[in-house]
Amino acid sequence: MYSEKVMDHFSNPRNVGEVENPNAEGQVGNQKCGDIMKMTMRIEDGVIVDVKFKTFGCGAAVATSSMATELVKGRTIEEALTLTNAAVAEALDGLPPQKLHCSVLAEEAIKAAIADYYTRQGIDPSPIVGEGCVGCCDCCGHEH
Amino acid sequence: MKRNVYADHAATTALSDTALNAMLPYFQEKFGNPSSLYGFGQAAKADLDAARAEVAACLGAKPDEIFFTSGGTEADNWALRGVAEARGGKGRHIITSTIEHHAILHTLRYLEKYEGFQVTYLGVDSEGFVNPADVKAAIRPDTILISIMSANNEIGTIEPVTEIGAIAREAGVLFHTDAVQAVGHIPVNVDRWNVDLLSLSGHKFHGPRGVGVLYVRKPLRLPPLIHGGGQEKGRRSGTENVAGAVGLAAALKEAAAHLDGEGARLTALRDRLMDGLLSAVPRCKITGPRENRLPGTASLVFECVEGESILLRLDAMGIQSSSGSACSSASLDPSHVLLGIGLPHEIAHGSVRLSLGRENTGEDVDYMLKVIPEVIAGLRAMSPIWED
Repeated sequence: MYSEKVMDHFSNPRNVGEVENPNAEGQVGNQKCGDIMKMTMRIEDGVIVDVKFKTFGCGAAVATSSMATELVKGRTIEEALTLTNAAVAEALDGLPPQKLHCSVLAEEAIKAAIADYYTRQGIDPSPIVGEGCVGCCDCCGHEH
Repeated sequence: MKRNVYADHAATTALSDTALNAMLPYFQEKFGNPSSLYGFGQAAKADLDAARAEVAACLGAKPDEIFFTSGGTEADNWALRGVAEARGGKGRHIITSTIEHHAILHTLRYLEKYEGFQVTYLGVDSEGFVNPADVKAAIRPDTILISIMSANNEIGTIEPVTEIGAIAREAGVLFHTDAVQAVGHIPVNVDRWNVDLLSLSGHKFHGPRGVGVLYVRKPLRLPPLIHGGGQEKGRRSGTENVAGAVGLAAALKEAAAHLDGEGARLTALRDRLMDGLLSAVPRCKITGPRENRLPGTASLVFECVEGESILLRLDAMGIQSSSGSACSSASLDPSHVLLGIGLPHEIAHGSVRLSLGRENTGEDVDYMLKVIPEVIAGLRAMSPIWED
C-alpha cells in the first residue's frame, strides 16, 4: 500500500518532538477524525532554522509530517509557504488516494505555524498565509 | 530477539496439513467432475457427499441440509436474498444487528434499496451483546427473517444465539446466523441453536479459502443465488469444488476433535495477553466481553494513538494484527462494530485486534507483552495529545 519512502519516514521519522523556545506553533486536524499534527518552529531572520512535529495519526500522517519538516527546514518563510500538499506527496513517491488528505494536513500544519509566527509579531497573517485549507475534507476542524 | 507472531487468525488461517493432504488427490489424480456419469466422475461425487456428511455431523445437521458455496460471503448473500425471494410474499421485514459483517449489512442495504424490504438494525450493549428481548420486541406480523451473527469478528462477542433462536422459532420466523467466526472455535449445533440457516467459511478454521457452506434446515427450500447447470440439487450451480469441500470437511473434523482442549488453551493465552496489556499500558481497555468471548480473540483500544500506526509498527516487529481504525480502511469512520458498542470516534481510532490460533504459544504471548507496550509508548511519545 505504501511506498518505501513513506515506510522509511514512518519507521524513522525525522524531526520528532518540539523545538526549544519556539516562536511559531501550529496544530491542525482533530481527534475525532484520527489525525492531529502539531508543528513547532524557531524562525530567525525570516528563515525556519528549526522545526519539529508531533503527530497522532496513521502511517501516512506521520510520514507526511516528517517529510514536510524536512522540506521546510532551513528555508525562508516565503519558500515554506510555496510548499504544496502535492509536493509533500510527491517527495514521498506518492500516497494512496484515501491518504492524500494527510498531505493536505501537513501543508496546513506548516501554514498554521507560520500564521502563528506572524500573529505573535502583531502582523495579520491572512493576507500572507491565506485562509487555510479549502475544505477538502471534514477533517481539518476548520470552518470556511 | 525478534520473532514472527501471526496474530490475525480471525482474518484467515493457514491450511492444516490434514486438510492439505486430504485435498491433494483431487487436483490431479481424482479430478473427475461429480456430474459426470462414468465411474471416475461418480467417485468424485461420492467423495463430495462424504465431505457433506462430515460437515453435517460436525453441525448436528443432515447431509442434505449442507450446500457448498464459494465462501462465507456467498452463504450470507444467498441466505438473505434466498429467504427474501422465498418469503417475500408473506412479509418484507427483516431483523438484524448493527454489528454484523458487511456480507450481511450490505446485502440487507441492497434488499432495502432495490427490493422494498424494511430492516430493523438492533443496537448492542457496550460489550457487543444483542438483547434477546429486543429481538422479540422487534418482531412484526410481516417479519420473515432474523439474522444475528454467532460471534463478532472484531471484538469476539458470542451472541445469545440459542435464546434468539427460541424466540424466532416461537414466533414462526426464520433464523439465520453468520457463524463464520464461530464454527471450528466454539461448539455449534443447529438444533440446540434453533437455527434455520447458518453460514460458515473454510479458511477461518485452517481449511482452504474459496469454499464455504450454507446450512438450510429442511423442509425450507431456498431459490438459488447462482444459476446454471443445476449442481447441489439445483440450488447452487457451478462445477463442484471437490478439493475445497474435502479440505473444508477435513479441517472442520480436525477442529471439532480438538475443540475443548484448544478452546481452553487459547482462552488462557488470550486472557494472559489482555490482562498483561491492561497492566503494562496505561489508558487502554478491552473491547468486547470477558465471558462469552471467542477463545482466541483479544481486542483492545489504546488512547492517543492510531490503530494503523500501531499495526504497522507491530508488523515491523514481526507481529501481524488488525485494527478497526478509520485509517486502516477506505472510509473516514472507524469500524461500525466499535461505534456500535458506543465507543467515541477518538477512542475507536486506537483499536487493535490480536486473534490467536493453533500455532501460537506462550512464548508468542510473552513476546507480544514485551513489544506492544514499547510500540504504544513510542507512538505516544510523538503524539501531540498524549500527556504522561
